[in-house]
Amino acid sequence: MAGRNIQAARLLGPLAAVAENPRLRGPALGILLAVLLIAPPALGSYATVILTNAFLYVVLALGLNIVVGYAGLLDLGYAAFFAVGAYTVGILTERFGVNFWVTLPIALAVAGLAGVIIGGPTLRLRSDYLAIVTLGFGEIVRISARNMKITGSASGLTGIEQPWLFGWHIATPRDFYYVFLLLAVLAVFISVRLAGSRLGRAWLYVRYDEDAAEAMGIDRVRVKLAAYIIGAMFGATAGAFFAVNLGAISPESFSFNQSVLILMAVVLGGMGKIPGVILGAFVVIIGPELLRAAGDLRLLIFAIFLLLIMLFRPSGIWPGRRAGR
Amino acid sequence: MSLSVIIAHQLVNGLVLGSFYALVALGYTMIFGVIKLLNFAHGDLYMVGGFVGFLALSAISGVVGSGWGGIFLAMLLSMIGVGCLGVLIERIAYHPMLHAPRLSILITALAVSLVLQNAVLALTGGQYTAFHTDLGFGGIHLGPIFISYNQMVLVATAAGLMVALEFFVTHTQYGRAMRAVAIDHDMCRLMGIDVSAIIGVTFFVGTALAAAAGTMAGAYYGSLWYFMGFLIGLKAFTAAVIGGIGSIPGAMLGGLILGLLESFGTQIPGIGSAWKDVFAFAVLILVLVLKPTGLLGKSEQERM
Amino acid sequence: MSENLLQLRGIGLAFAGHTVLQNVDFHVAPKAIVSLIGPNGAGKTSLFNCITGFYRPQRGSIVLDGAAMHALKPHAVTAAGIARTFQNLRLFREMTVLENVMSGMHCRTRSGAIGAILGLPSQRAEEREIAARAEECLRFVGLEEALWQRDATTLAYGHQRRLEIARALATRPKLLLLDEPAAGLNAGEKQDLIVLIRRIRDEAGIGVLLIEHDTGLVMQISERISVLDHGVMIAEGSVAEIQSNPRVIEAYLGQDDGEADFDL
Repeated sequence: MAGRNIQAARLLGPLAAVAENPRLRGPALGILLAVLLIAPPALGSYATVILTNAFLYVVLALGLNIVVGYAGLLDLGYAAFFAVGAYTVGILTERFGVNFWVTLPIALAVAGLAGVIIGGPTLRLRSDYLAIVTLGFGEIVRISARNMKITGSASGLTGIEQPWLFGWHIATPRDFYYVFLLLAVLAVFISVRLAGSRLGRAWLYVRYDEDAAEAMGIDRVRVKLAAYIIGAMFGATAGAFFAVNLGAISPESFSFNQSVLILMAVVLGGMGKIPGVILGAFVVIIGPELLRAAGDLRLLIFAIFLLLIMLFRPSGIWPGRRAGR
Repeated sequence: MSLSVIIAHQLVNGLVLGSFYALVALGYTMIFGVIKLLNFAHGDLYMVGGFVGFLALSAISGVVGSGWGGIFLAMLLSMIGVGCLGVLIERIAYHPMLHAPRLSILITALAVSLVLQNAVLALTGGQYTAFHTDLGFGGIHLGPIFISYNQMVLVATAAGLMVALEFFVTHTQYGRAMRAVAIDHDMCRLMGIDVSAIIGVTFFVGTALAAAAGTMAGAYYGSLWYFMGFLIGLKAFTAAVIGGIGSIPGAMLGGLILGLLESFGTQIPGIGSAWKDVFAFAVLILVLVLKPTGLLGKSEQERM
Repeated sequence: MSENLLQLRGIGLAFAGHTVLQNVDFHVAPKAIVSLIGPNGAGKTSLFNCITGFYRPQRGSIVLDGAAMHALKPHAVTAAGIARTFQNLRLFREMTVLENVMSGMHCRTRSGAIGAILGLPSQRAEEREIAARAEECLRFVGLEEALWQRDATTLAYGHQRRLEIARALATRPKLLLLDEPAAGLNAGEKQDLIVLIRRIRDEAGIGVLLIEHDTGLVMQISERISVLDHGVMIAEGSVAEIQSNPRVIEAYLGQDDGEADFDL
C-alpha cells in the first residue's frame, strides 16, 4: 500500500517540472497524459480508485476556480451544485428510468438555473455576505435532500444504473478511471480556453477592480453570474458522473466539508492558476491517503497547512503567476 | 394544549435560544465593526469556550461544586482563556492580513475555523462530551406554563453580560475608543488612539462573550461537540445581520428576533424540527438580499 | 449652434441630506475641450460620477448625443460613449499593459463562453480585433511595444497615466472624461499631455472634459471653462471670461486652505 502511495506521489514530478520551464508545458502534458492513459493495468484497484477520485476533484476544483480564482467570489456552498448534478441524474434515472445521457444536459440546465436563482439576487452583495449566502444555500440543498422523499431522505438513492455508451457498459473502476480522466482533460481544456477569452479577462478585471471594470463598460453582475453558472455546470457534470460511478448517493457527500475540501484544492494549489488547481486537487485527495497513519489528525494537518498557505504564500504552492501568460 | 400556552411556551424557548444567539452575535458585530472582517471562526470560539468551561468546571467542581456557582466560575475562566485565544488568533492570523484583498482574509478566517474544529475533533475523537452538572430540574409554574430555574438564570446571565457590555462600550475609555476605531482607523491614529490595541481588546471582549455562551450552552444542554459552533455561528451571524452588522443593540435585538422566529417557525405546520435550519438559512438569505443593512444598521453611501 | 454632445440640466445630488450638487446646468459641445474647475470639495468629482453613472442624481437630466444617461449603470454609460479615467490610478494590477487596454473593448465585442470554448471563427476574429484596437490605442498615447507585456503597475507613473487614457480610448468614446490627468506629472510630461489631449480631439474627434487643478494647463488647453463652487455652477465661459469673472476670483480667494493658488 505504501509503495503505491509513493507511486502516486511521483506523478506530481512532471507537473512541477512544467513550472520550471514553460516551454516544456506542451510535451510534458502530452507525456503525462500518455502515462495516465496506459497506467491503469499497472496501478491496481486501490490506486485506480484514488486517481479516479482525484480526476473528479480536478473537475470540481477547476469549476470552483472559475468562481473563486477568476471572478474572486468566495463560494462556500459549491457542493450544492455537485449535489444538484448527482441528484438530478440519480432521481431521473433511478425513479423515472430516463437514460443517463438524456439526464446529463438536464442536470446541467438545472444547475445553471440554480446558479441564476442563487446568484441573481446575491451577486451584488459584499463578498463576505456572498460567502455566507452560498454557505446557507449549500446547507439548504443538503438538508432538503435529507428531508425529502424523492431524494431518498437520509439514506439517499441507491441502484443508480451505470450508463452505456455505444455498446460499452461503463461499469468497472477502470472504465470510470478513463471517464473521469476524459472529464478532467475536458475541464482543463475549457478552463484554458475561457481564461484566454474576453469573458475570462472580464472576470479578472472585475476581481481586481470592480469600479474600473464598470467604467470600462463591463457589466459586473452579468460577468459574475456567468462565472457562477459555468462553475455550477462544472459541479453538476462532476456530480452526474459521481452518481453513476458509485451507483448510490447520500446527502452527506454534499456537506459543508465537501465544499471546504474543494475550496482547499483551489487555494492550496493557487487561485486562478490552472496547473496549481490541478495539483491542489491531487493534494487534497492523495494527501489524506499518505497521512492515513495520522488518523484524526489528518484534517487538522490540512487545516494548519491551509492557514500557513494563506499567511505565507497566498498565491498557492504552484510557483509563478496566474496561468495563461 | 391551547394556542396561548403554545405561544407562551415558545416565547420562553425563543428567549433562551435568542440569548445564546445574541451573545455570539455581539462578538461578530463588534469584530466586524473594528476590522470589517466576518470572523468565520467565531462560532468555533463558542465551541472552544464550551470545552474550556467544561475543563475548568471539572478542575474546580471538587471545591465549588457544579451548580450554578461553579458554572459561573468556570464561565469566567473560560471567558478569560478563550478571550486570550481570540486575541492570539487576531495577532497571528488576521493582523498581517488587514490590508490584503478581502478574499484572502476571508479564506484565512475559514482556515482558522477549520483549525479550531479539527483540533477539537482530534482531541475528542469526534465524540460527544457529556457536560455533567448538578443543575436541578426545578422551576416555577405560571399557570400552565413551566419555566425552569435554569432557563431563568441563563436569560438573566445573558442579560447581565449585555448590560455590562453596554456599560463598557458607552462608559469606559476602551469602549469609546472601540467605537471610534469602528468609524475610522486613520483618524484614530491621528488622535493618538492605539488602534492595534483596541482591535485586540475588541477581540478579547467579543470572543469572551462567545465563550460565556458556549459554557452556558454546554451546561444547559448537557453535551459538547466539536461541530457545535458551525450552526450557531451561522445563526448568530444571521442575528447580527438582522439587527444591522456593526450595531451592538442590533445584535441583541437580532438574536432575540431570530430565537423567537426559530422557535415559532418550527411550530408552523410543514416546517417542523427537520426543516428548522432551512428556515433559519432562508431568513438569513432573505435578510441579506432584501435588507443587508439590517434593522439598526447604517446604510452605506448610495452608489449604483 | 449645433446640438451639444453632452447636456446636463438641473442636476441635484445629496448624500444623507447633505447637498453635494445643486441645480447644475452644464454642457460640452461636440469635439470641444472643456475644463471643470473649482476649489477642493466643490463637487467636481461628484459631477463626474453622476455623468459616468457611478452616482445617480436625485434631480435633473444627463443627455449624450440625444440619449438619456441619468438612469443608466456605469457600464451602460460607457457603452453609450462616455469613457473616463480616475483621479487616483485604477489600473488592473497583476495584468499586463496590453490586457489592461483590452478591457476597453469589452463593451464593443460580443463573444461569450461557448464561442471561447469551441474557438469559433467569429470569436477568433474578435480576439484579433480586440488586440489590434488595444495596440492602436497604446501607440496613439505613445507607449512603445517593449512595455506591452509588462505588468501595468510596474510602469513609470507618467506611463501609467497614459495607459489609463489608452484604456479609456479603447472603449471608442464620443466623450472622454479625465479626472486630474496632470496630477503628479513633471513639466515635460504635462506638455506631452497637452499635445495628447489635442490629438484625441483633432485626430480621433473625441470631446474631452477634464477636471484639473493645474491652472496653467487648464488655461492653455481649454476652449471653455466651467467653475463649480459648493455644488453650484458659478461661471461658464472662455478662458478670458473666466479669468476676469469676479465670482470666480472670490470663490478662489475666499478659500482658506492651501489650494488657493489660482493665479489669474
